[in-house]
Amino acid sequence: MMEFFNAVKSTPFMQYALIAGLLASVSCGVVGTYVVTKKISLVSGGIAHTILGGVGLVCFLNKVYGMNIPPMYGALVVALLAAIVIGLVKIYGEHDADTVIAALWSVGMATGVIFIALTPGYNNDLMSYLFGNILMVTKHDLYLLVILDTFVIIVGVALYHKLCAICFDEDFAKVKGMNVTFYYLLLLCLTAITIVTLIQVVGLILVIALLTIPAAIAKQYSNSMWKMMIWAVILGVFFTFSGLAISYGPDLPSGAVIIIIASLSFAISTAYKKMF
Amino acid sequence: MEIIKLEKISFKYDNDWVLKDIDLSVKEKDFLGVVGPNGGGKTTLLKIILGLLKPNKGKVTINGGLSYVPQYLNFDKYHPVCVEDVVLMGLLDKMSGGLVHSKEDHQKAHSVMETLGIFGIKDQRFGKLSGGQRQRVLIARAIISDPDILILDEPTANIDKAAQDTVQKLLVKLNEKMTLLMVSHQFDFISSDVNRVVCIDRTLHTHSTYHIAGKNISIVDHSGDAPK
Repeated sequence: MMEFFNAVKSTPFMQYALIAGLLASVSCGVVGTYVVTKKISLVSGGIAHTILGGVGLVCFLNKVYGMNIPPMYGALVVALLAAIVIGLVKIYGEHDADTVIAALWSVGMATGVIFIALTPGYNNDLMSYLFGNILMVTKHDLYLLVILDTFVIIVGVALYHKLCAICFDEDFAKVKGMNVTFYYLLLLCLTAITIVTLIQVVGLILVIALLTIPAAIAKQYSNSMWKMMIWAVILGVFFTFSGLAISYGPDLPSGAVIIIIASLSFAISTAYKKMF
Repeated sequence: MEIIKLEKISFKYDNDWVLKDIDLSVKEKDFLGVVGPNGGGKTTLLKIILGLLKPNKGKVTINGGLSYVPQYLNFDKYHPVCVEDVVLMGLLDKMSGGLVHSKEDHQKAHSVMETLGIFGIKDQRFGKLSGGQRQRVLIARAIISDPDILILDEPTANIDKAAQDTVQKLLVKLNEKMTLLMVSHQFDFISSDVNRVVCIDRTLHTHSTYHIAGKNISIVDHSGDAPK
């Protein structure tokens, strides 16, 4: 553990990692609260996994055509596109929506896999997108994270009452004249952006766990949405920081350690709630 | 003045007509009871009036602000929302103040909660409440915005007799100020207070209350109705 604290003091990449973890936890706490209460984890999973297609395409363009697009841009564009498409399927797809979302989820990943195959050489970017590599976050990534974070938090907080209303009772919100479709799609877009920031930390395979677990634990102890958000942020910071600290010494994958800690905490908290 | 007017409303799910050629007009301060068998289209009719469903045919005219109390909120017990938050959601379209509710909003919520006897539980989580308490919270949410028309879908289902009486008295009182339209299974409840009953079973039949005020009103005789 001492190694970790020494590394934080002396190496910039460790500091970047902590800042990235902090930024991701904040958007994750705010948006995760909406995702968990609106019960759109599956939809969010669909959005997350289609991102592989975007990252694959960017890696392919960069290597084969010598372009220099940061993969996060590809991830962002594809995530937003997936949010809109999946959102529309969910709204208008009636009974088949779940199946279509599962199919889109796989199509995104399949596209990614094909681009990986077409891209020559070992693909480092892609691996860090799949499993996350918070220690490889660059200064440029951090700037983008700050922008995305600020956007998500401003929108998520400014529209607090409207988003809470659709999470609680969509029909009532509609009777009160709210454009429920618009706010639903907006919520999915916020989710998409948050997923892109979280992917830096844990990778897209594990992202849904980090998006939902802090909020799910917070929900067990909250009687209002804003309290749930604050607790989810605190828990998110705790999970990422402790995951980083524990994984650093034995050189374990930090993303996986973060998720194990979060899941264990969730299990303990749920058991505690059931017993008392 | 007609506050709700439906003209030749028809609605189908897939290929089944749930409602066929419904004409209905509701006047200001009416207290209209809607009865009918399960699957007869009562809830569908309410959703059409509320604008949640679009009819396949026909015209809906509403002259006033609507609010409603849902039949059964498909509700997560652990949803993080307290009673006062739910009541304040009734002001969604009239919220004064920006990020947080203004003092007036809170005062309004407090006075509505006092009227309904739920002020003491204002900080409790909504999911923890009993059926009767929950129903009163949903009524508070519906009336905090002073609507012209209040629509209720089975407001006394799943609550005990004492709570039913409270709700019933409250509705009679609310009727002094607003038009009520209520779906109910409980005929004794409907017959004593409403001033008109319609029976929905794909089509609509109207009865003035005294026709169904007898003991055996669960069987409504349609034989005297004009064919629709």
